[in-house]
Amino acid sequence: MNVQEKIHNQVTSSQVVLYMKGKPMSPQCGFSGATVQLINACGVQDFTAVDVLADPEIRDGIKLYSNWPTVPQLYINGNFVGGADIVRELYEQGELQTMIQSALAG
Amino acid sequence: MLTANKLQDYIMNGLTCDHVEVQGDDGQHFEALIVSPQFTGKNKVQQHQLVYLALGDRMGSEIHALAMRTFTPQDWAQSAIK
Repeated sequence: MNVQEKIHNQVTSSQVVLYMKGKPMSPQCGFSGATVQLINACGVQDFTAVDVLADPEIRDGIKLYSNWPTVPQLYINGNFVGGADIVRELYEQGELQTMIQSALAG
Repeated sequence: MLTANKLQDYIMNGLTCDHVEVQGDDGQHFEALIVSPQFTGKNKVQQHQLVYLALGDRMGSEIHALAMRTFTPQDWAQSAIK
């Protein structure tokens, strides 16, 4: 299985998947930490987090997968939602809560 | 060291912009507000991808972190941020 297939399996393995630097309890980057907090603020403590610092192949591969050069990257129901800025905007508009809750309910 | 002005040039050279503001003075972390007619009809992910395309390989090498707010000219006209 190549890296892109591996990533595809990861992003579709659960409803909410976050690629980040570090772990949710110990983020290694402010943008990753802020994104974890926004997901938590949507009432979700238990989601799939992939630490890109632990795997250089994933760290490079995820940028190709989404055509997006930075981490964090949030996926809901296998779809790329955005990076830190977009996740924050969606949260401020109340849309992130809806997206996450309907994904978990579905 | 990369300056906000230089980064603003990079963005404007790769993207048709009505308005660009870049802030950040540590050479690595920047914030940009970008208004471009090329954003019209595109979602936020696609809008940010256009900016990343304009920056090319500089993203992730020369530029460590870029926070972005993107607006179509229409959104910008209605925005309260101005």
